[in-house]
Amino acid sequence: MKPSPIGYVRATSLAHALDLLAEGDGEEKVLAGGQSLVASLNLRLIESPNLIDINGLDELRGIGVEGDVVRIGALTRHCELMASDVVARHVPILREAAPLIAHAAIRTRGTIGGSIANADPAAELPACVVALDATIVLASKAGGERRVKAAEFFLGLFETDRRDDELLIAIEVPTIKPGERQSIRELVRRSGDYALAGLALAGPADAPRLVFFGVGDAPVVAGNAMAVLAGGGSIDEAALALEGDLDPADDINGSAGYKKHISRVLLKRALSVDRQFEAA
Amino acid sequence: MTAPFSQSVEISLKVNGERVRRMVDARRHLIDFLRLDLGLTGSHAGCEQGVCGACTVRVDGTIVRGCLTLAAQLDGADVWTVEGVTETGEIADLQDEFVARNALQCGYCTPGMLLTAAELLNADAAPARAHIREHISGNYCRCTGYEAIVDAIEATTARRCGMPVPALKEAAE
Repeated sequence: MKPSPIGYVRATSLAHALDLLAEGDGEEKVLAGGQSLVASLNLRLIESPNLIDINGLDELRGIGVEGDVVRIGALTRHCELMASDVVARHVPILREAAPLIAHAAIRTRGTIGGSIANADPAAELPACVVALDATIVLASKAGGERRVKAAEFFLGLFETDRRDDELLIAIEVPTIKPGERQSIRELVRRSGDYALAGLALAGPADAPRLVFFGVGDAPVVAGNAMAVLAGGGSIDEAALALEGDLDPADDINGSAGYKKHISRVLLKRALSVDRQFEAA
Repeated sequence: MTAPFSQSVEISLKVNGERVRRMVDARRHLIDFLRLDLGLTGSHAGCEQGVCGACTVRVDGTIVRGCLTLAAQLDGADVWTVEGVTETGEIADLQDEFVARNALQCGYCTPGMLLTAAELLNADAAPARAHIREHISGNYCRCTGYEAIVDAIEATTARRCGMPVPALKEAAE
């Protein structure tokens, strides 16, 4: 299908974008990579929106490391995550996650900020930033910069803590430390599909943060399984504890029981096999 | 509609090396712009939701989904379609292999498949078949079963890297 009529404006600076959001009625859509947004427009899931195109804002690009924090500009494309030495060295989970996102021709446009602001519960990057205990940096004309912990940013299905007048400008991620590990695993029917279930883990090698995706309305922190590991429990015990963490819905991709089963399998594989992303 | 937003946008860009300046509807995606406004019907609109890959074209040196890119976003861009890369001869060897190895039947996916495959052609080393399959995983072909497409890409990349080129498969008796 074709989109309904669209209002469009090209933001010429961050200040201009924030002005447009501040003066808007809250119904504006920020156009970053557009890989979910334009599909939604074509399907007319969003009718007659006003788009603020931020692709010209160079100040939202780039990956830099300062002390023990990697700052990733919101407009960083997935292919740039894949190519970045800084990411490979300091946040290996993002290097590993980026090729799992859709296909080559989508990774050239899709952005980390767009993926996180869109908050698709089956997407890889929201789960990664929660596992990493990352900070989401938002900016608005009225309030300047506001920082939100990733775990508090995702509120539900395509719903986040971003206010209508705010623009997501960057992600701040702690660098991997000695004794820590990071890994992402997912099960897909075909390469590039959204995951039936996935697991992002990051943190201390014996007791990392475990965040599942594709099994809830938002990234799911598996607190019970994490507590088992933190208390010295076995991998099998942690997998059993997932029963108290996950409550997926039946859908066309599989039953709730099936998704829980593959979540347990992913957890066991990730904890017993994936040691290659430990920090040196 | 509030003042700063407009429903039509002026863009100036290069398409297949030629300068193009147009007013476009803000809702016009790149494939409709190419096909309906410029008459470049080589690029195909398939699913229009980013899944099938028939609309794959090259923008600023990398492949993109034409259906997920608004023409309005492309002011200053450098766009190449199958018409352009055919004319320059850049992928003539790939196209010859597609024909020789029956890597197309109805041809609907072919322009997108060629642009996607072209990204692999300039690599230093010939990619493994698994890597070729992964790279074209975003391009649906409902005719060939992909085997012949992978053969054609493998043969082209091998030839460009100076590696032995797999023999043509004989037709079954």
